[in-house]
Amino acid sequence: MTALPPGAIDCDLHPAPPSVSALLPYLEPHWADAAGHRGLHELETIAWPPNAPLSCRPDWRDGDRRPGSDPERLIGDAVEGFGTRYAILNCLYGAPMLYSEDMAAGFCRALNDWLRAEWLDRDPRLRASILVPPHAPELAAEEIERMAEDRRFVQVLLPVMGETPPGRRVNWPAYAAAERAGLPVAFHAGSAYRHPPTPVGWPSYLAEDYAAQATAFQSALTSLVAEGVFQKFPDLTVVFAESGVAWLPAHLWRLAKYWRGLRMEMPWVDRSPEEIVRERVRFTIQPFDAPEEPDAVARLFDHLGSDDLLLFATDYPHWQFDGMGALPEGLPADLVQRIAVDNPLSTYPRLEEGEP
Amino acid sequence: MTRHVVAPVSEFPPGTRRCVVLEGRRIALFNVGGRYFGLLDRCPHQGGPLSEGVLTGLVEAGTPGDYSFSRPGEILRCPWHGWEFDLATGRSRFDPRRHRTRAFRVTAEPAGDLRAETVPVRVEEDHVVVET
Ligand code: FES
Repeated sequence: MTALPPGAIDCDLHPAPPSVSALLPYLEPHWADAAGHRGLHELETIAWPPNAPLSCRPDWRDGDRRPGSDPERLIGDAVEGFGTRYAILNCLYGAPMLYSEDMAAGFCRALNDWLRAEWLDRDPRLRASILVPPHAPELAAEEIERMAEDRRFVQVLLPVMGETPPGRRVNWPAYAAAERAGLPVAFHAGSAYRHPPTPVGWPSYLAEDYAAQATAFQSALTSLVAEGVFQKFPDLTVVFAESGVAWLPAHLWRLAKYWRGLRMEMPWVDRSPEEIVRERVRFTIQPFDAPEEPDAVARLFDHLGSDDLLLFATDYPHWQFDGMGALPEGLPADLVQRIAVDNPLSTYPRLEEGEP
Repeated sequence: MTRHVVAPVSEFPPGTRRCVVLEGRRIALFNVGGRYFGLLDRCPHQGGPLSEGVLTGLVEAGTPGDYSFSRPGEILRCPWHGWEFDLATGRSRFDPRRHRTRAFRVTAEPAGDLRAETVPVRVEEDHVVVET
C-alpha cells in the first residue's frame, strides 16, 4: 500500500445534510416558509442514490443515515483515518440544481452557511467549496463574493454537467468572481440533469451514468479550452473532481490533433491544449481507473506528462477503494509527496494561510 | 546555392501559383500581390501537396472574440489536415520551431544577369528566380 506523507490534503470529501429540514434554520424566511408550504421533499440528485454501493463504502455506512451526514463520522473515518492535515468538503446535495434560479441561489446560501456552522466551525482541519447555482452565473458571482470572505472556503463548486457547456460566455461571471477572489473553480462529477448525461441519450443503469461522467469531463474540458476561458481568466485554476484521469491523455491527443488543423476557428487558443491543461487544470485522484499493475500506472503517468496534475482525494464516503488504498500502488515517494501535499497547496493558496 | 529561372514575370501574375521540379524536388510557388514565395511541396505532417492548399491570412486573438486578420494570402493551409504554414518562412503556425517545411527565396530579376535553363530568357523582361 502506498503510504501518505505527513501533511497530506484530502481534496474531495462529501458531506451531506441529514435531511432537507436540517437546512431550515439557515434558509431565509421566505424560502423556509416556502419549503414547508410546498412540502419540499429531499433535494437529492439521482447521481448518487443513497443505497447504491458506490455511494458509500460499507465500513463507512451508518445504518440508514444519509452517507456523509455525520460530521463526527467523516472526521473519524477520513480525516483521522488518513491523518490528513486538511480535508476539502464538496457537498453534492442537489439543491443548487433547482430550476428556479432564485430558489437555487437561496438554497446555496443556506447550504454554505450550514457548512460553515456545522462543519467548518467544528474542526480546524475542514475546508469547503462554495456552492452556487450553476445556471445563474450572476447570482453565483454574488454568492462567491459573500462566502469568499471566509478564508476556509477554498474553491467554487459546479457540476460538470450544467445547463450549457461550461466554457460558454454566459457562465463567465462566476469564473470572473472566482478569479477575483483567488478561488479555483471545481467541476465535480454530477449533472443538473437538464440534458441526458450521455451524448447518445438517457441511460438505463447507474453504471452507465457513472461511466459516462468521463465523457462529460472530456466535453467540459474541450469547451473550457475552446471558448478561451483560460485566456480570458489567466489567474483561474480549474479542478476536475471525481473525474477520473485515465481518459485524459487520449483525449488530449485527440483535442490537440484537431486544434492543429482548426486553431484558426478559436485563435485565442494560442498554444496546444495539452500545454494549457497541464498548466491550468488539476484532477482529484479518486476514482483512479488504471489497472492495478504498477507498470500500467507508470505508463499512465508517463502519458500524463506532468507530476503537477493530480490531487490526493479519498472521495469519502464513495466506495472507490478499500482500506487505506487511496493511492495507486507503486508510485515513487516524490510523486506521492507532490500529489498529497505540494500540488494541493499550490492549487489552493488559501491552505497555506494555515488556521484562520 | 543554385539559381533557377522558372518563368518570365508576365507568365506568373499575382494571384497565381505553380509547381516546379528543381533538382528532383517539387517546389510550390506563389505570387501573392506581386510578392513571390516558394515552399517545398510536401507537408511535414504526412506529405500533403502544399501547392493545392488554400491561401488565407493570419487569424489571431488576444482574448476570446477579439479576432484580428493580418497578412492576407500569406498563410497556406495544407489541403489534407489544415495545418497552417507561413509562406515566408515555411514554419507551421501551431509549432513554428518543430513543424516546418522548407521555404525558398523567390525573386524577380532582370534578364541581363540570368543564364537560360529550362525556361528561355527573354532580354526585354524580368524573370522569376528560385534559389535552392
Ligand atoms: S499532410 Fe498536411 S496537414 Fe496533414
